[in-house]
Amino acid sequence: MRNELNISNKMDWITVMIYLAIMVLGWLNIYAAVFDPEANNTLFHFTTDFSQMPLQMKQLMFMTASLIIILAILIIDMRFYETFAYIIFGATMFLLVLVPFIGKEVGGNRAWLGIGSFGVQPSEFAKFVTALAVAKFIGSVGFRMDNLRNQIILLAMISVPLMLILLQKDTGTALVFTVFTLVFFREGMSPFLVIAGIVSAFIFVLALLVENEIYLYAGIGVLLLVTIFAGKKKLKRIAILTAGAIVVVGIIGSVDYVITNVLKPHQQNRVKALINPDSDPLGYGWNVTQSKIAIGSGGFIGKGFLNGTQTKFDFVPEQSTDFIFCTIGEEQGWVGSLLVISLFIALLLRVIFIAERQKNRFARAYGYSVACIFFFHFAVNIGMTIGLFPVIGIPLPFFSYGGSSLWAFTILLFILLKLDGHRGQVLARL
Amino acid sequence: MNEGRKEIIQIVFIGIGIIFLIKLFFIQVLDRRYAQLANSNAILKETEYPFRGLIYDRNEKLLVYNSPEYDLYVIKKEILRFDSAKFCKVFSMTREELQGKFKELKTRKEYSPVKQTVFLRQLSTIDFARIQEHIDEFPGFYIQPRTTRAYTTKALANAVGYVSEISKSQLERDTTKIYRQRDYLGQSGIESQYENILSGKRGMRFKLRNVDGVEKGSLEGGKYDTLSVPGKNITTTIDIDLQQYGELLFNGKVGSLVALEPATGEILAMVSGPSYDPTLLTGRKFSSNFMLVSSDTTKPLFTRPLMAMYPPGSIFKIVQTLIGLQEGVFNYDTRFACDKTLVNCHNHPNPANLFGAIQYSCNPYFQQAFRRIINQNKSPNTFTDSSIGLDNWREYVKRFGLGSPLGVDLPSEKGGQMPGSKLYDRIYGEGRWKYSTIYSLSIGQGEMLITPVQMANMAAIMANKGYYYTPHLVKSIAGEASDRIKKRNETGIDTAYFSFVRNAMSAAIYGTAPRAIIPGINICGKTGTAENPQGNDHSVFMAFAPKENPKIAIAVYVENAGWGGRAAASIASLVIEKYLTGEIKRQTLEAYVLKGDFQDQVARAIKNQPTPQLVNLQE
Repeated sequence: MRNELNISNKMDWITVMIYLAIMVLGWLNIYAAVFDPEANNTLFHFTTDFSQMPLQMKQLMFMTASLIIILAILIIDMRFYETFAYIIFGATMFLLVLVPFIGKEVGGNRAWLGIGSFGVQPSEFAKFVTALAVAKFIGSVGFRMDNLRNQIILLAMISVPLMLILLQKDTGTALVFTVFTLVFFREGMSPFLVIAGIVSAFIFVLALLVENEIYLYAGIGVLLLVTIFAGKKKLKRIAILTAGAIVVVGIIGSVDYVITNVLKPHQQNRVKALINPDSDPLGYGWNVTQSKIAIGSGGFIGKGFLNGTQTKFDFVPEQSTDFIFCTIGEEQGWVGSLLVISLFIALLLRVIFIAERQKNRFARAYGYSVACIFFFHFAVNIGMTIGLFPVIGIPLPFFSYGGSSLWAFTILLFILLKLDGHRGQVLARL
Repeated sequence: MNEGRKEIIQIVFIGIGIIFLIKLFFIQVLDRRYAQLANSNAILKETEYPFRGLIYDRNEKLLVYNSPEYDLYVIKKEILRFDSAKFCKVFSMTREELQGKFKELKTRKEYSPVKQTVFLRQLSTIDFARIQEHIDEFPGFYIQPRTTRAYTTKALANAVGYVSEISKSQLERDTTKIYRQRDYLGQSGIESQYENILSGKRGMRFKLRNVDGVEKGSLEGGKYDTLSVPGKNITTTIDIDLQQYGELLFNGKVGSLVALEPATGEILAMVSGPSYDPTLLTGRKFSSNFMLVSSDTTKPLFTRPLMAMYPPGSIFKIVQTLIGLQEGVFNYDTRFACDKTLVNCHNHPNPANLFGAIQYSCNPYFQQAFRRIINQNKSPNTFTDSSIGLDNWREYVKRFGLGSPLGVDLPSEKGGQMPGSKLYDRIYGEGRWKYSTIYSLSIGQGEMLITPVQMANMAAIMANKGYYYTPHLVKSIAGEASDRIKKRNETGIDTAYFSFVRNAMSAAIYGTAPRAIIPGINICGKTGTAENPQGNDHSVFMAFAPKENPKIAIAVYVENAGWGGRAAASIASLVIEKYLTGEIKRQTLEAYVLKGDFQDQVARAIKNQPTPQLVNLQE
């Protein structure tokens, strides 16, 4: 018990500082995003009615609540997380099953469980819950990544929340779970699987970019012939190459099918907007176009705090949540963007550093899960605001407005810090 | 076994961060397009159209003013829901028209779905009232007020001119870069001549707005805003009552009337018949109405007083008289026989002296008198002599303001044509023409063409006994007297000769134009009947009154109305009476003119012959 209370000595303060810095910056930018020069909205505009409160005040309350959560995490015995990982995972999955039936609908997605005027998104919490379960499985005695059975179990562990969240029509959050493949890769999964996935995605995008697929097929044919004649003309090699080419052609052929039959119309549009946002700047490309205009108009040093016009006047949609980065881009310019991106990269690298110094596989796998989840959010969120990724509605960790996501990310991070603080007390199980 | 995997993941993380920073550097620092797009997004440029200057008559009666009209704009991207059936009802359009309109929008070069684009232009106040009630139901549609020209009277349409949106070619020709698309521009008349005075200056307000187009205050406290400057008001020299009366008399006739104040050159009335209703060329129906008006075979847009060139006919005999007297080639007592071999004449005391020749408008007299002006034996060669004489004569004529534009302050004034030796050399060859070739000029026929305003100016010269001020239409601008140079133009002919001519003109009224007699007013005038090979002769009359202290000089030209003593003299006389006394006592004459049938059987039968009534008057 003495160790539990004395954690401050072993706390990784660098991570905490980065965490606080990102959170405060995010908070200021939420204020800037909702700032209306004509409305009476000061930074600390307090109202007794929560629903009437401006967003930055709500966020301030969420931030305060995070501190309580942090305290709770630090007080709870470190062994709790590993011991109860599967139970919490199971319970959360159960909640996710329930959400489509008893959840309330917000913004077209039925992803919220309401308690009074407050609502939480179980899908946000599914992230750290899955991270714990995956880490526990990887950390279990005798675990080997090259075992096909283990691989299937791990894929199942991330597929279940992914599917359940997809059922809530929250594609963005669902896709977050694909990032666990990076954790698997770190823990020994064959890079071939990861590379095969990346190559497929690359061909998929290429198929979208090239209007006339005949050229693509012709290119593949030429490439196949060149590789066949360049190397040894063994029957087996030729067979493998030909099979590979057929697979690639199959992927290309499936693109159209997937686009028109699997993706929903608004998702199809987002993919199309990514390829060519200027084709219809008011239709599906509106978000990306406006977001790029806001960021691009910031220039090198930005327009100054609260001086942004694009975000303030609602040209950018969701400017306090998913498109919060626009406010930084517009008001703080490239310099501000550099600061925010540097903070995130610093956080990611620090989390990897922490993960690598753990003495057991559970803690290390959990650390990588944290890093990878943050990374996915960071990459996809900023990527979509500057037009590098399709618009997938996921928040920027600690930065975007929202209680559920802030708490979920805080829990995710501070469980790692808790484990890290006690790394000396665990048996090495690497 | 997992060597290097940590590094791979680190590289991926850092790599993404660097890619983002590079991409951000491109869109934030290198590509300034986004900053411009942001401005067009959030900054609404609102044009404040200036009020065009008003136009008044000489007695400060309002003639032209501005009336509100409304343009309907659309910002395509802001159309969220659209009830096309209701829209069609409110805007009284058919579904096809609506679809066509949207299609047409997209074909416009300047079209952008995020910018305000004109959807319907120039809605009337009545349309506006109906639409205003429903405009909230159609987000994305905005109404912007603007003003269009309105007129207190249908009269004076040609002189005032019309205003319309600047055309593409005019915009391209505008080197000042003041005008922008959809700006109004004076296209003719005073509106065009005084465009830079009437137009005023456009104001611009920069307003911030949010995504719904709701205004959020002005940009940097209105630092860049400019106020519109209204155009200056113009007071014309026109007496609108006289103008209206003149137009009334010209109803159904083709021709011109120009009345001047001899002492100043101010144009009191300027009738161009037929005219048009100026209201036609305003508002939404401008295009279709313009087609209608401009394709009308009677050419109502043609400003006849300044642009129509006619042979002056006998009124020119006055000028011949003055030149001859000044040259000393004949005097008051010179008599010529009324020899009708070359030119026809009426029956009158024969042979007449100069006074009688003017009084009875004797054609053979002036045919012979003109020979003396042309052939003064300055060269033994009769061809050369004619050439020298003609050019000498032409110099005199030009001093009467004939043969070149007077400089009236209206666009496209024509100069007419005063032939000199060059013209005939071109037509017949040098040395191949002489007096007998050109004698038609003696009685204001032949190659000689002058405009109605020049005829009125001739009358003003007679009234002034030898000089004129350039006729003009604008008296003052914004209360200050117009800075147009009021140069006194001298003819260089002795005043004494003018006194003689004026006496003859006074008598001529009784000789050839008894209808022009106004009881109690001493009127001087001269008729003309200009031969017209294309049809009936033109009726011409120039006059001024009162003789003792001339207040008005007038010229009337009625096409195809025959004898000058009938149509033209009657109209001129009525206008003079109206101007000098303010009322018309000769109701019968007025009715005669309004009836407008100057080509009755008798008139045609006795053309070129004095009426019995006239003969009686001479006795």
